[in-house]
Amino acid sequence: MASRKAVAVLRPAVNGFGPRLLRAECAQKVQYSTRTLASYTSRPRKLARPSQRSVRYASSEVPKEQLGKTGLYELHSKHGAKFVPFGGYLMPVQYSDLSIVDSHNWTREKASLFDVGHMVQHHFSGPGAEAFLESITPSSLSSLPECQSTLSTLLYPETGGIVDDTVITRLADKFYVVTNAGCREKDTAYFKEQLEVWESKHSDQPVEWKILDGQGLIALQGPLSAEILARVLDDKSVTDLKTLYFGQCTAATIKGTDAEVLVSRGGYTGEDGFEISIPSYATEAITEFLLDFAKDELRFAGLGARDTLRLEAGMCLYGHDLDETTTPVEAALSWIIGKDRRAKGGFHGDSVILQQLKKKSEGGGVSRRRIGLIVEGSPAREGAEIVNEAGEKIGNVTSGCPSPSLKKNIAMGYIKDGMHKAGTEVDVVVRGKKRKAVVTKMPFIPSKYFKQPANAKA
Amino acid sequence: MAARYSVARAARQLTSAAARKPSPFVCQRWQQASQAQRLFSVSAALKEKKYTEDHEWIEMSADGKTCTLGISEYAAKALGDVVYIELPQVEMEVSEGDAIGAVESVKSASDILTPISGTVAEVNSDLENKPAQINKDPEGDAWIAKITVVEEPKGKLMSKSEYTEFTEEA
Repeated sequence: MASRKAVAVLRPAVNGFGPRLLRAECAQKVQYSTRTLASYTSRPRKLARPSQRSVRYASSEVPKEQLGKTGLYELHSKHGAKFVPFGGYLMPVQYSDLSIVDSHNWTREKASLFDVGHMVQHHFSGPGAEAFLESITPSSLSSLPECQSTLSTLLYPETGGIVDDTVITRLADKFYVVTNAGCREKDTAYFKEQLEVWESKHSDQPVEWKILDGQGLIALQGPLSAEILARVLDDKSVTDLKTLYFGQCTAATIKGTDAEVLVSRGGYTGEDGFEISIPSYATEAITEFLLDFAKDELRFAGLGARDTLRLEAGMCLYGHDLDETTTPVEAALSWIIGKDRRAKGGFHGDSVILQQLKKKSEGGGVSRRRIGLIVEGSPAREGAEIVNEAGEKIGNVTSGCPSPSLKKNIAMGYIKDGMHKAGTEVDVVVRGKKRKAVVTKMPFIPSKYFKQPANAKA
Repeated sequence: MAARYSVARAARQLTSAAARKPSPFVCQRWQQASQAQRLFSVSAALKEKKYTEDHEWIEMSADGKTCTLGISEYAAKALGDVVYIELPQVEMEVSEGDAIGAVESVKSASDILTPISGTVAEVNSDLENKPAQINKDPEGDAWIAKITVVEEPKGKLMSKSEYTEFTEEA
């Protein structure tokens, strides 16, 4: 019933037929409907299509009334969402149907739908886009194939500290970049400044930057994700999905409509799954469509489960596990630094970062490293001190929770170099008491990505 | 300082659509209970179960010497799946408002604040092995500690009906 309704909402928006009322409602949006990634916003907070230089951004400090709402706010409410302010938006932390643990387990066993529309989606295009992005990140974008994504970090000049972590995707004629909601203002200022610097030095290689305001973003995560997604896609897209591997993306069309979405395989849970970027006019309808097509398999999940899932998967949360004082090498993210970048440098903080990558005997290395911990007894939370046998502080916890899957207390933190080897026994101080902990390899539970078979690689 | 906050704060998150505090993922210091200076002169009144604004309950034994302490059903529900309970040490002297233990759920760590001064006489050791018990019967079998009372509590205590009203307002 409701799914039919979803199609009804989509069709007129796209094809221009259907009830008059709906047409009137969508009239304004029609012109954007055939584009894969429309940049139209329906959020009243930002009235006109703003240029990125004049937009007022929400931040976590703003009063509640000024907090943003994603296009799915009403739908979340209908599903019993409990909202919390997060990254300048009111976001669901959990829903009335499942506790955080139940929702966590549901994701690992079936599939969950997360609204990540608060995150910031950007397009960088123009002749200088690749070189510009390579100047501010350590990623090898020149070797990134089309429709392929990579985890990356925006870096500060000189220090190589992490401004934000991000996923960069190469599309046919541009780069699609997703950054954290909590860093919206900071990132915007950073991009603006960096682009000015770029333009002053490379006026022959212009870069066009656009924030996709109002563009929806949902994450479908869990072992049943591919099966569920296939139910709502047209035949061609279903075929494409079969060979869409982890880290790849494709444009896909929703069955029975012209609504085109960008589907990227990956996510923030360690499970197989997709992040789906949807034009704002269709976000709610497509989300309902997905939920209706998988009533017993797919549920909404909130920030609560998202946090425990990502921690089990060993993934960082910016502002907690990563910050401006941390370099990718310290953060155990050296793997994101491209081979050619290691040889040639040419990115912010390259002298610091490339030195850290060298062997200790050559003056390289770092003083602290990001590690995983399994803690006995009480869970260790952010800020808990890691101490050695003598009781001296050797690090601190940056994220921690009881792991619903492992039924053990897991944590992530930074520890003095030398103490970072898996199996090293340390203590973590919680409420003034020392608790035994062991440095543990991450991810804490094995990832279940849909990877390209080795023999099928191009 | 670990991310700790009182049961009260977790409970607040249950009710207010938009929690008053930034986010459950931000390091938050625990709050001391506000202490309204109101003298409690009738011990008999304590024999009925009383509740604090921090969502603990206390109940006086028949002889008026020992007080049983726990967290309210409302708080247990707000905390969600409890995975670990830190109990106080037996014979530990505690003062009104002290954090005498903690309840750890998936999303948070919450201090257990005692609304009464005295000496810890007994703790519910069963909770160490079966912390989830506190989600099942927080106001009965899953009591937390028994305290030998040395003085009347000074803080605000509410009857069941007053407390129900208080949580509905929150």
